[in-house]
Amino acid sequence: MERMPTWADVILTPLISLALAFSISALVILAIGESPAEALKVMVEGALGSSYGWGFTLYYTTNFIFTGLAVMVAYHAGLFNIGGEGQAAMGGLGVALVLLALPWPHWAFALPAAAVGAALFGAAWALIPAWLQARRGSHVVITTIMFNFIAAALLNYVLVNLLRPVGSMDPASASFAPATHLPKLSDMAGALGLEWGENTPVNIAFFIALAACLLVWLLIWRTRLGYEIRAFGKSEPAALYAGISALRITVLAMLVSGGLAGLMAVNNVMGEAERLVLNAVEGAGFIGIAVALMGRNHPFGVLLAALLFGFLYQGGGELALWTTIPRELIVVIQALVILFTGALDNMVRMPLERLFAALRRKGA
Amino acid sequence: MDFATVLQILDSAVRLMTPLLLACLAGLYSERAGVFDIGLEGKMLMAAFTSASVAYATGSAWLGLLAGIAGAAAMAGLHGLASISFRGNQLISGVAINFLASGLTVLLGQKIFGLGGRTPSLSGAARFGEITLPLADALRPVPVIGPIYAELISGHTLLVYVAFAMVPLTWWVLYRTRFGLRLRAVGENPASVDTAGVSVTRLRYGAVMICGVLCGIAGAYLATGISAGFVKEMTAGRGFIALAALIFAKWRPWSALFATFLFGLMEAVANRFPDLDLGFVTVPSMFMNALPYILTVIILAGFVGRAIPPRAGGEPYVKER
Amino acid sequence: MALAGATGTAPAIELRGICKAFGPVQANRDIDLSVPRGTIHGIIGENGAGKSTLMSILYGFYRPDAGEILVGGKPVAIADSQAAIRAGIGMVFQHFKLVQNFTVLENVVLGAEDGRLLRPSLARARGELKRLAAEYELQVDPDALVEELSVGHQQRVEILKALYRRADILILDEPTGVLTPAEADHLFRILRGLKDEGKTIILITHKLREIMEITDNVAVMRRGEMVASVRTAETSPAALAELMVGRKVLLRVDKAPARPGPPVLEVRGLRMVDADGVERLRGIDLDIRAGEILGIAGVAGNGQTQLLEILGGYAEPGSRLSGEIRLKGQKLPLSGSDGRARRRAGIGHVPEDRQAEGLIMDFTAWENVAFGYQDAPEFRNGLLMDNAAIRKDATGKIARFDIRPPDPDLAAKSFSGGNQQKIVVAREVERNPELLLIGQPTRGVDIGAIEFIHKRILALRDAGRAVLLVSVELDEIMALSDRIAVMFDGRIMGERLPGEATTGDLGCLMAGVDPTAAPPGATARTDADGGAG
Repeated sequence: MERMPTWADVILTPLISLALAFSISALVILAIGESPAEALKVMVEGALGSSYGWGFTLYYTTNFIFTGLAVMVAYHAGLFNIGGEGQAAMGGLGVALVLLALPWPHWAFALPAAAVGAALFGAAWALIPAWLQARRGSHVVITTIMFNFIAAALLNYVLVNLLRPVGSMDPASASFAPATHLPKLSDMAGALGLEWGENTPVNIAFFIALAACLLVWLLIWRTRLGYEIRAFGKSEPAALYAGISALRITVLAMLVSGGLAGLMAVNNVMGEAERLVLNAVEGAGFIGIAVALMGRNHPFGVLLAALLFGFLYQGGGELALWTTIPRELIVVIQALVILFTGALDNMVRMPLERLFAALRRKGA
Repeated sequence: MDFATVLQILDSAVRLMTPLLLACLAGLYSERAGVFDIGLEGKMLMAAFTSASVAYATGSAWLGLLAGIAGAAAMAGLHGLASISFRGNQLISGVAINFLASGLTVLLGQKIFGLGGRTPSLSGAARFGEITLPLADALRPVPVIGPIYAELISGHTLLVYVAFAMVPLTWWVLYRTRFGLRLRAVGENPASVDTAGVSVTRLRYGAVMICGVLCGIAGAYLATGISAGFVKEMTAGRGFIALAALIFAKWRPWSALFATFLFGLMEAVANRFPDLDLGFVTVPSMFMNALPYILTVIILAGFVGRAIPPRAGGEPYVKER
Repeated sequence: MALAGATGTAPAIELRGICKAFGPVQANRDIDLSVPRGTIHGIIGENGAGKSTLMSILYGFYRPDAGEILVGGKPVAIADSQAAIRAGIGMVFQHFKLVQNFTVLENVVLGAEDGRLLRPSLARARGELKRLAAEYELQVDPDALVEELSVGHQQRVEILKALYRRADILILDEPTGVLTPAEADHLFRILRGLKDEGKTIILITHKLREIMEITDNVAVMRRGEMVASVRTAETSPAALAELMVGRKVLLRVDKAPARPGPPVLEVRGLRMVDADGVERLRGIDLDIRAGEILGIAGVAGNGQTQLLEILGGYAEPGSRLSGEIRLKGQKLPLSGSDGRARRRAGIGHVPEDRQAEGLIMDFTAWENVAFGYQDAPEFRNGLLMDNAAIRKDATGKIARFDIRPPDPDLAAKSFSGGNQQKIVVAREVERNPELLLIGQPTRGVDIGAIEFIHKRILALRDAGRAVLLVSVELDEIMALSDRIAVMFDGRIMGERLPGEATTGDLGCLMAGVDPTAAPPGATARTDADGGAG
């Protein structure tokens, strides 16, 4: 087999895929009669041009880091967890239950408890598909899709019938106590005497997301569990030979994955909405797929890809505000990124491999 | 519950199951050929949009149907390109197609009609009208059979009858024709087809494109049959219910009819009785809506008969010695 | 050089100057081959010599980079399998290309239908199969599902497929690898029958015995080149072997007499029923002492794989196990997922399929050195893995086992078969296990590495360790073993000492016949067979 240099594999291929995705997005913008350059300008200014824009961009980034890491961890175990949406939604339920159950005196106590609740609920929602995959051979992709819908129905029921405050028409829980509200980055900047990101939702959960990147990196590449997850993901028969239990790895990887997706609720439910609303996840679970694919299933790549999608998300909102381009443009870009970096990977890779082979022959 | 109510619910179930049945059979062709398709939803959505747009512009439901087929077929072609030609991950490709349809329909709809992603309402010849079967009115007074014929069997749009006709047709194609034999073979062991001198690529493209056509009809039915125009995200997870039905039916045409009827019936019951009172317990509509997914998980778990997908499903074919 | 066969007529197949490269690897280099009509032509060579590539070119799977193919004297372009079929070429692959849940009839018809509708095709095929069955001893039930047929019968379906397509030239790739000697004999009768009808047969194999038994002419391949083409009657196994490997080889291994010590492994009544309910092991009893090598001979698929796996601590998910395994007197658990515990107890295992099991092909060489031992204390550093220690260990193994290229950061898939095997052997042998399980140690391994690996196995034995060797290569079993047990249909058919065993004797055992068995034993076996069927 002919191989490409590592840098071409890790950096060049995704960059070309990304360039293709964005070129086609530009064509789409042209096709609906707008200027791609103008659109880009609006997006950059709106998302990165001010601390206000950054505040939103980083808020979205935080969501996508969690869901991206979730997809990534499962992917290393050879599992395609498409259920981040449902797991994140259940994580929200976990956060809400923890915060509404006890009169928390201070956010510092509430945060770890809510994080545990979020991770536990998210993980629990991934547990059944994981167990069914390992024990009954039910394809985890299909079961996690089904569990997304079941989660949506369950949450709908819980919000309408159980958590809705008396007299409210809104299918949402009561607001969390002010003591549990997480410090925003703007507050932290304010404490340092800086004025940064006033009225933006980015909060302390951003740092939890960064820490999660580091911990996931350690888990996958430095621990025995990570070694076993990667080995199992590459070859199940070999894992069996090495005494690596398929049940254990499938369940653990999916628990970690679901837990990470669930943790997202610390950001959006606890940090931003400060109550549980219907459809709080807003597709972030699915964006995690694009983020993981683009980030080449590496935490650092996930961080960068999440930042890019955070920018797109905030920029897309600005587009809808200032131009006639609907924010669904972001969904199209997201689709194209998944398409080119995921499904059409070989379209970019095969010509590149040929090119490098030709170059090598010339050099030799 | 009286006879008339039962008939109404069954009639509603038939309407609701039609897009499910078409999409389910669509998935059956693709997956029996070894190409997994979780993009049924996206293809249907795209078809609903293109059919409604063209039906509105031309005032013809038929041209709308053609446009719907073209829209879904374009998506199917993309899926084929990714999963057959470039041997990409079929699941990832399906995910991408769902998002692409979801975004593009709104983007284009807003550009063309400026209604926030909707198309204007369709009326007259831009929709498929209900067909009254011969003697429907004459037979109506006959007890039991009369109302069943007049209410339940008669009075649907053409596409409903097309969907039902597709079941025996699909069975016949699958088990009685050369194409069907090869299609089933390529989903089980593509090497057997390849070494027999038949192109795996062409067969799989054929199956994927049939899938596109059927999704196109399903989408056109949604936008120009059951409703009067396209609304953002109007498929509302039907593609996934169809996928669930396909698994439920174990990839067999007659079982697909049964599975989609069951799921259509659940939706009809949930619509009719938002809080179904069974005396001892009240079933919330959310539960009825989630029931198809729950049943599919149970089936997948193999507790009620095992659903074994086509053996070569999901794997791109790579020639080897 | 004159080959056996009809003179005066054009050869059935003629290849001229065929070249094929995969990247930097030259799989076929300037190949010339002439196969006279109505003969059986053997192509022999080691694994990786380029035989399969050449036949794949002939069947339209690959296009040659250069060269010409003539069928019946006329040049033909074989762009795909369809073209090969049109040219009258049929192929029986080593791994059958059958649809498991189709009937025999459907499999035969697939791709050779008469029209768009199935019924007429199936009806015609039914008649045709009847005729072929009578003519060539190719009896198969046309309505049986392929997944319910034995391997030998599945192979007949493949031959029927080719004949149904009116093949005049039949290529068989390693056809006997999965057959018992009796099935192989039946196959050879079929092939002779076909030859008598004027068909031309190309038989690809690495077994000298088969070449000598059935072929008219033989071509020898080595490292992508055709090194000789001779009449079978005018050559000898020794001469062919020398041609195959390019120098004189004697499958004689210098070894000191064994000095067996106390028993290390005792297996009693080991049974295994797989997930499909098939009984793969039907009560295995065996003992291995310290300082001896027990060789297990047998046709592939008679339970050797399962035996190795279960001793190694794992079994196909969903299977049921019973019986008793003792290591140095200690009873071992039998759950089907005891890989870790077995390693800790001192069992090393070189699996039969190094690419699917023994290595993670995408992992680097150094990561693979810890594979299976990822929780060993010396590779651990608190909660984390001690990658520096693993690397250091890998560098040492690479040097001691002369693994090339000596780069621990290279992915396992980038090494040659022989070097991949050395990585696995180094990992398992250097821990000095009480018991080494080793399956197909030299499959797809070059001659140099074979000698090296054999020496390491013997060294382990001489250090007083027990070795269980499973191989389908009888020569390897005879050369290395101190005792030979033959497996057939999930049972040990008998045991022989290498000095007293003859190939014929072992061949009988491999076919399930014990020439020395007393009549009562035979009765017992019949009963068991009846129960299992």
